[in-house]
Amino acid sequence: MSEIAPAPLPGFGVGRAMRRVVGRGFPWIAASILLLVLVCALGSPLIAPHAPDAISLRDAMQPPVWQEGGTTRFLLGTDNLGRDILSRIIAGARISVTIAAYAIVLSGFIGALLGMAAGYFGGIVDAVISRLIDIQMSVPALPLAMLFAAVLPPGEAMVVIVIVLTYWTWYARIVRGEVLSLRERDYIALAKVAGVSTPMIFLRHLTPNILNIMLVLATLQFGSVIVFEAGLSFLGLGIQPPQVSWGGMLADGRNFIEVAWWLITVPGIAIMAACLASNLLGDWLRDTFDPMRRQL
Amino acid sequence: MRRYILHRLWQGAVAVVGALLIVFVAQRLSGDPVALLLPMDATEADFEAMRSALGLDRPLPVQFVVFLRDALLGDFGHSYLWNMPAMDLVLERLPATLELALAGLVFALALAVPLGVLSAVHRGGWIDNAAKLFAMLGQAMPGFWVGLLLIVFVAVQLQWLPAYGRGTVGHLVLPAIALGWYPVAAMTRTLRSAMLDIMQSDYVRMERAIGLPERAIVWRFALRNAAVPLVTLIGVYFANMLGGAFVIEVVFAWPGVGRAVVEAVFARDFPVVQAGVILAAVIFVVVNLIVDLTYGLIDPRIRHE
Repeated sequence: MSEIAPAPLPGFGVGRAMRRVVGRGFPWIAASILLLVLVCALGSPLIAPHAPDAISLRDAMQPPVWQEGGTTRFLLGTDNLGRDILSRIIAGARISVTIAAYAIVLSGFIGALLGMAAGYFGGIVDAVISRLIDIQMSVPALPLAMLFAAVLPPGEAMVVIVIVLTYWTWYARIVRGEVLSLRERDYIALAKVAGVSTPMIFLRHLTPNILNIMLVLATLQFGSVIVFEAGLSFLGLGIQPPQVSWGGMLADGRNFIEVAWWLITVPGIAIMAACLASNLLGDWLRDTFDPMRRQL
Repeated sequence: MRRYILHRLWQGAVAVVGALLIVFVAQRLSGDPVALLLPMDATEADFEAMRSALGLDRPLPVQFVVFLRDALLGDFGHSYLWNMPAMDLVLERLPATLELALAGLVFALALAVPLGVLSAVHRGGWIDNAAKLFAMLGQAMPGFWVGLLLIVFVAVQLQWLPAYGRGTVGHLVLPAIALGWYPVAAMTRTLRSAMLDIMQSDYVRMERAIGLPERAIVWRFALRNAAVPLVTLIGVYFANMLGGAFVIEVVFAWPGVGRAVVEAVFARDFPVVQAGVILAAVIFVVVNLIVDLTYGLIDPRIRHE
């Protein structure tokens, strides 16, 4: 009969947030991995034991420390030019996080704005934006990436543009649906009657209500973007050397696939860990903030 | 039903025109489309000829209509690297891509159907937990990395299967696993939740009451109903495999459409890229259309609505 017993009073502010975090099986491991990736990204030159592009042919092709022939100088081994894999993984985190940050902010902003406009104004605005979403979604992401890779110069800007073009529909669709129901609420009608300007309604009355779902989408998008960028860089269409990226490391390692398994394995584990952590944290956020949308 | 089909056909046509519009915009985005469409050693006379052929002096909407007309006639430009119509070149590679996509789909289903059904039937059991773990990890591993790992460990170290190229059935196995890898998680989860619902339905209870063997109930009756949401996923992923196997085709040196397009990007052979992207969009639309029409075959209730 525990349902009848009065529930413990919810705490306020930090206390309540903390209880929420601890109480619902917060994915500590996932959060720690993401934190580690962020720390690597922010402090890569300080943390890395070697310069990521320091070539030392004498140290080429060292296996990781636990394998016979490995040394503690290069914990995860070296590549064909004697560059330290661990340092390159740390440097690669910086690129991945930078790309993901730009891509998430831009696609989130564009998607949310268009989604809000479609949901709020309805009519012709909604028709045009919804058609745009349909068209965008009828072109699969990778062919689109190829198209833009063919016309734009390769590099970070191109990767960000392609990702934004692919992902803005995520936000636009969901925000549109959300705003469709929000705009029927009394307080929106009241705000309109009171003469609040439309940009103000967007900013003060709609935005706070979609922040939760935006946070969930952004967290899930992080992992997706990392994989997408790795694929492009692996093909040689994304981040260009000498900049270090995990996908580029896989491409380099592919030439030595028969002699150095760690060149393929280690960057892939970094990609997998970041993606897994973002998926787990995103799922948790969704279940916590928005239990109705488990099927997202 | 007929109205529904017509409506879906109309939607599909809009989507294809939209895709063509995106290609058109991308072409113009690069500054001078003529520079994209001509080889690097083209003369000034070639440029002039191409400019007037494309009607670049005319207004943009007119140019788009001309582009659409050429597209409808199947003219997507000429590959200057291979000296043949770009669409022909891409279509020539389509059988290899189709073969790989089918094999990838077979792999995904061979894993997802038993996993999905068994984890629903033995909910909370070890199969259910193992499937969950697999889905979690599987979704975080990019397919092309799975492919590289398969090459390192299965092809190079164990020497069980060939790593590159197309030819025997053996050549097909590793790329099919890599390509079919990603959809497994989503398919398993979808099938599991559909099976969970259905196993609690009245007719399953009825079938149990009249004493049908549990195996027949699960695999013959329940699975058939649970397959409806799975069909959607099959369509989406199959279309994606057909139009987007770029990285995996490159990893395994598979001579398909994806690899042709990637090579064309590097060779700045834009007509081929353009043809490949349009082909992918058309396949995507057509497969989704077929999926929607298939519902009626699986579930007669939908047919009558």
